Amino acid sequence: MRRVAITGAGTINALGHDVPSTFAAMREGRCGIDQLALRDVERLSVQIGAQVKDYDETARFGRQQLTLFDRFTQFALIAAEQAVAQSGLVLDDALKLRAGAILGNSGGGLSTVDDNYRTVYQEGKNRVHPFVVPRLMANAASSALSMQHGLQGPTFTVSSACASSNHAMGLALQMVRSGAADVMLTGGSEAMLCFGGIKAWEGLRVMSSDACRPFSANRSGMIQGEGAAVFVFEDWDRAVSRGAEILAEVAGFGMTADAGEIVTPSVDGADRAMRAALADAGLSAESIGYVNAHGTGTAANDRTECAALSRTFGNHAGSLMISSTKAMHGHVIGGTGAIELLACLMALREGVVAPTIGYEAPDPDCLLDVVPNVARDAKVEACLSNAFAFGGLNAVLALKAA
Amino acid sequence: MDTRGRVIAIIAEQALLAPSDVREDMTLADLGIDSLGVVESIYAIEEAFDIQVPFNANDPEASDFDISSVRSIIEAVERLISGRA
Repeated sequence: MRRVAITGAGTINALGHDVPSTFAAMREGRCGIDQLALRDVERLSVQIGAQVKDYDETARFGRQQLTLFDRFTQFALIAAEQAVAQSGLVLDDALKLRAGAILGNSGGGLSTVDDNYRTVYQEGKNRVHPFVVPRLMANAASSALSMQHGLQGPTFTVSSACASSNHAMGLALQMVRSGAADVMLTGGSEAMLCFGGIKAWEGLRVMSSDACRPFSANRSGMIQGEGAAVFVFEDWDRAVSRGAEILAEVAGFGMTADAGEIVTPSVDGADRAMRAALADAGLSAESIGYVNAHGTGTAANDRTECAALSRTFGNHAGSLMISSTKAMHGHVIGGTGAIELLACLMALREGVVAPTIGYEAPDPDCLLDVVPNVARDAKVEACLSNAFAFGGLNAVLALKAA
Repeated sequence: MDTRGRVIAIIAEQALLAPSDVREDMTLADLGIDSLGVVESIYAIEEAFDIQVPFNANDPEASDFDISSVRSIIEAVERLISGRA
C-alpha cells in the first residue's frame, strides 16, 4: 500500500488569504468573527460571522469567469492555485490523467440560489441568468479545479454537512493509497454567508449571537464562517523522488455513522471514528500529541466530543492538547475540516498548537487541555482532526510529521 | 380558542396526543418531546401568535422563556403577547 504525502497547501478564509497569514492569525489567537456585511442583515437575529474580508472578486477573476463562479468556487480556485504552486508539481499530459480533485461542500452555490430566488419570488421576474445551474451545483468547485489544472482522473464533490471536507480528504487519501490516482487536489470550500444561508441556521436555535466559545462553560453556540482550503495529496515515493518538500504524511482515516439522531451527536460514533483513524494509521493513542476538535461551541457537541476523547484515549486524554479553531475562523460547514487541517500542519511543522480562543470558564464536562486562548509551543509527532456532522456522520483524519 | 388552548394544541400535536391528555403540570419530557420537538414547538408558537420567543437550544435554562412545564410555557407566551400589544 502506498504512503501519502501532503506537498502543497492553500487557503482563503476569515483569518487570511493564504496559509502564512492564516498561520500567523492562529499563532496570535486572532478572531475572524465580526459584524456581517450582507444584504438584509437587519432581518437576521444572528448578525455576526467569519466573512472573508478585503476580498474583491473582480481583482481575482475575469468577467467571463465570474458569470460561472459562485463565491464557493472562487475560494476553491484561489486555495488550489496556492497549493499547486507550493507543491512544485509539473502537471504534464501523463500526470494529468493520473490526477483528480475531491472537495467537500455542503451548501453548493448558495448565494447564487439566494440571489435567483429573490429574482423570481421576491421581484416577480420570470427570467434568470443562463448559468444559474452551473454556478449553484455542488460539484462546480471540483469541476473548476479539474478544468483549471487539467486534472482528468477521479473528480467529484462529497457532501456530508460539517464532515464533508474530512470525508473528501479521506477519499483522496484512499485514491492515492490504492493507486487509483497519483496526485489529488482535495479539501473543501463553503460560502453560506448570505441571507438565506444564515436564516436557515437561525431556525435551529444553536447559533450564538455574541461569540463562539468552544468548551467554555458559558458557550452559547456556533458561529458560521466561509472560505476554502485545498491540499495536494501525492504518492509518497513520487514526492520523494522528485525532491518535493513534504509538509506531512496523511497516515489514516476513519469514518463511522451514529445511526442515531439527526442533529444530536453520539459519544459512541465519535469514539469509533477516532479509533478507526488510529488503527488505519497504525498509530497508538499515546503517539497522538494534538487533536483538532470539531468543537463547534454548542452545548451538545463539546460535551459529547470530550466524552468521546476520554473514551478513545483513556488516561492519555489528560496529556493530549485539544483545540477548536472555529472560534477564530468560524464554522465553515462543508469546508471546515480542510481549514482545520491547517492547524494540524502548523502543529506538526512549526511546533505551534493553535489555541481555543473565547475560553472563559471551565465546564465540568469538558475538563481536557483545550489550549485556552493562547497558542502553545510543543513538539507534535502525530495528530487527529475531527469532524462530526449532522446526520450522525463522523470523519477523522490522522496526520504524521514528515 | 384562548391562548392556553392554542398552546396546548401545539404541544399536543408535537406529543402525538389529544389536547385533553395534556395537563399543565406536565413537563415536555413527560410528554415525550425531545430537543428537536422543543425547537419545533417554539417555532409553531411563534407562527401562531406572531411573537419572537427568546430561546437558545444551547442553554434552555438561561433563556427568558421558561419551558419547564406546560403551564410555564403558557404563562411565558401570555407575557410575550401582552408585551407586544
